[in-house]
Amino acid sequence: MPTEDPSPVILETRDLSVTYGANRALGGVTLSVPSRRVTAFIGPSGCGKSSLLRCFNRMNDLIADARISGSCRLEGREILGPGVDVTELRRRVGMVFQRSNPFPKSVFENVAFGLRVAGLGGGSELEGRVERALRRAALWDEVRDRLHSAAGGLSGGQQQRLCIARAVAIEPSVLLMDEPASALDPVSTGRIEDLIRELRRDYTIVIVTHNMQQAARISDFTAFFYMGEMIEMDRTGRIFAQPKDRRTEDYVTGRYG
Amino acid sequence: MKAKDRSALFTGLTGAAVWAILATLALILGISLAGGAPGFSWRLLAGRPGRDMFDIASTGLYPMIFGTVSRVFLMTLFVVPAGVITAVYLSEYAPKRSWATRFLRSAIENLAGVPSIVFGLFGLGFFVGFLGAGMDGLLGGGSRFGRPALFWASMTLAVMTLPVVIVATEEALRSIPAGIREGALALGATRIQVILRIVLPQAVPGILTGAILAVGRAAGEVAPILFTGAAFSTDGVSDGVFDRFMDLAYHIFVLSTQSPNLDRTRPLLGATVLVLLLLTVTLNLLAVFVRARMSSSTRTSH
Repeated sequence: MPTEDPSPVILETRDLSVTYGANRALGGVTLSVPSRRVTAFIGPSGCGKSSLLRCFNRMNDLIADARISGSCRLEGREILGPGVDVTELRRRVGMVFQRSNPFPKSVFENVAFGLRVAGLGGGSELEGRVERALRRAALWDEVRDRLHSAAGGLSGGQQQRLCIARAVAIEPSVLLMDEPASALDPVSTGRIEDLIRELRRDYTIVIVTHNMQQAARISDFTAFFYMGEMIEMDRTGRIFAQPKDRRTEDYVTGRYG
Repeated sequence: MKAKDRSALFTGLTGAAVWAILATLALILGISLAGGAPGFSWRLLAGRPGRDMFDIASTGLYPMIFGTVSRVFLMTLFVVPAGVITAVYLSEYAPKRSWATRFLRSAIENLAGVPSIVFGLFGLGFFVGFLGAGMDGLLGGGSRFGRPALFWASMTLAVMTLPVVIVATEEALRSIPAGIREGALALGATRIQVILRIVLPQAVPGILTGAILAVGRAAGEVAPILFTGAAFSTDGVSDGVFDRFMDLAYHIFVLSTQSPNLDRTRPLLGATVLVLLLLTVTLNLLAVFVRARMSSSTRTSH
C-alpha cells in the first residue's frame, strides 16, 4: 500500500466482503485511501469496484439482500455497524452517480437540497453556499442567469457538474464518483476531469472508472480489482508502468477487460 | 384472409367502436338537453323547494346542488390524504415481496369491485351505526351523530373511491426514477425528507388524476348515500355536516318514482337530469384545470 505518501489515511477497509443474495460481489478487501488524493478503482465489469464504493456511504443498505462483513473506517471510526448514523455519514461522504440525476427542481434548489435537509433554511447564507458550490463545480458562469429555471434544461455535461456542485455544497470530506463521465461526450468528459483535478485540493476523491486513460490522467493512486478481489493498489504511475501482478499488467495493457 | 385485409378489418372494427361510444354519448346528451332545456332556468338553480316539490313552477334545486357539491368536496377531503398515505406506504415502505403486501394489494383491488349499494350498507352499519352511535354513547345527550348525515355519506363515498386514488398515486410514485431517490439519500436526506421534498411533489399530477377519477365516480352515485345521509326532503339547505342533506342524483330517483303525477313532473325531471350532468361535467373540468395548472408549474418553477 502507499507507504511513501505523506498524506494521512482517511478511509480504511479490513477484510471487507459484500454479497448480494448468493453472489459474492467483493471478497476480503483490505485497503487504505489517502486523504486529499484521487484514488481510482479500475477493473472489468462486475469486479466489485462499485460495490466497494457503495460501502463507503452505505448505499448498499438500500439493497434488501446485501450482506456486508469486515470493517470500514472513516477517519478512524467504524462506519459499518448498526449504530452508525447513516444520514450523518452520507453528509461526510458525498456521491456522484454514473447517470446524472438532477432533481426535477430548479438549478438553485438542486444545489440547496443537501443544505436544506441538513436544516439550513434559507437567506443569504444559503445563497452564498449555493454560489460557492456552483463556482467550485465550474458551472456558475453558465447558470448564473438561470438559477431558477429547471435543471432538466441543462446539457448532459452541465447536469453532471450540477450533481457535483450538489455534492460539494454540503462540504463532505470524501467524494465518491461512480463512473461520472461514462455517459458524456469527450468535451464534457474533459471538463469533468479538469474539475476533479481542481477538487483534489480540498477533497478526497474515490473514482470508479472503466476508462484506464482517465484513471492514468487524473488519479494519484489506482487499485485494480478482478473477480471481486483487489489485486493490487499503488501509485498510478507504477500500476500502469510496472504492475506487480500479471493480471494487472494484462488489464492495463488491454489484453482483456 | 390476407394480412392486409385483416388489418383493414381491425381498423374498421376499432373505428366503429369509437363511433358507437361517441354516438351513445351524443344521444344521452341530446336527450338530456331536449328534455331539460324547456324547464331550465336560473330561478330553478337558485330557488328552494316550495309548496310542491314535484312541480317545476313552485320548486328549486339549490339545496340539492349544494348537497351534491358538499358531499363530493368533503369526500375529496377524506379520500385524497387517506389514499396518498396508503400509496406512499405501499410503494415506499411495504416490503415488496411479502405475503402481507400482496394481500393488501389484492384487498384494494377487491374493494374497487364491490357494488356501490354494499358500500351504502357498510356506511350505514359502520359509520352511522357504529362510529356515530358510539360517539353518541361516549358524549351522551341523545343521538346527534348516530344518524344518517352529510359527513357519513361523504365518508362512505371516500371508502368507495379509495382504490382509485391509491392506484393513481402509486402509478405516479412508481414512475419516479430510482436514481433521483438515490441522489437525495446520498446527500444525507432521510427517507421521510425524500418522500416529502422529492417524491410527493413529483407525484402531484398523478394524485390529481386520482382525485378527478374519484370525483367523477362519486358525483353521480346514489346507492352509497341512500342510507347514510341523503334525505327525501329537508327544510331547505342542511345547516351542518351532521345533518341529512338533499342530493341531486337522489332527487332524480325521487322525482321519477315518488311523483303523484309523472306527466306534470316530467319537465322538472328533465331539467334536474340536465343540471346533474352539467354539475358533474363542471366538477370534472375544474379538476382537469387544476391538474393542468399543477403539472405545468411543477415542470417550470421547481
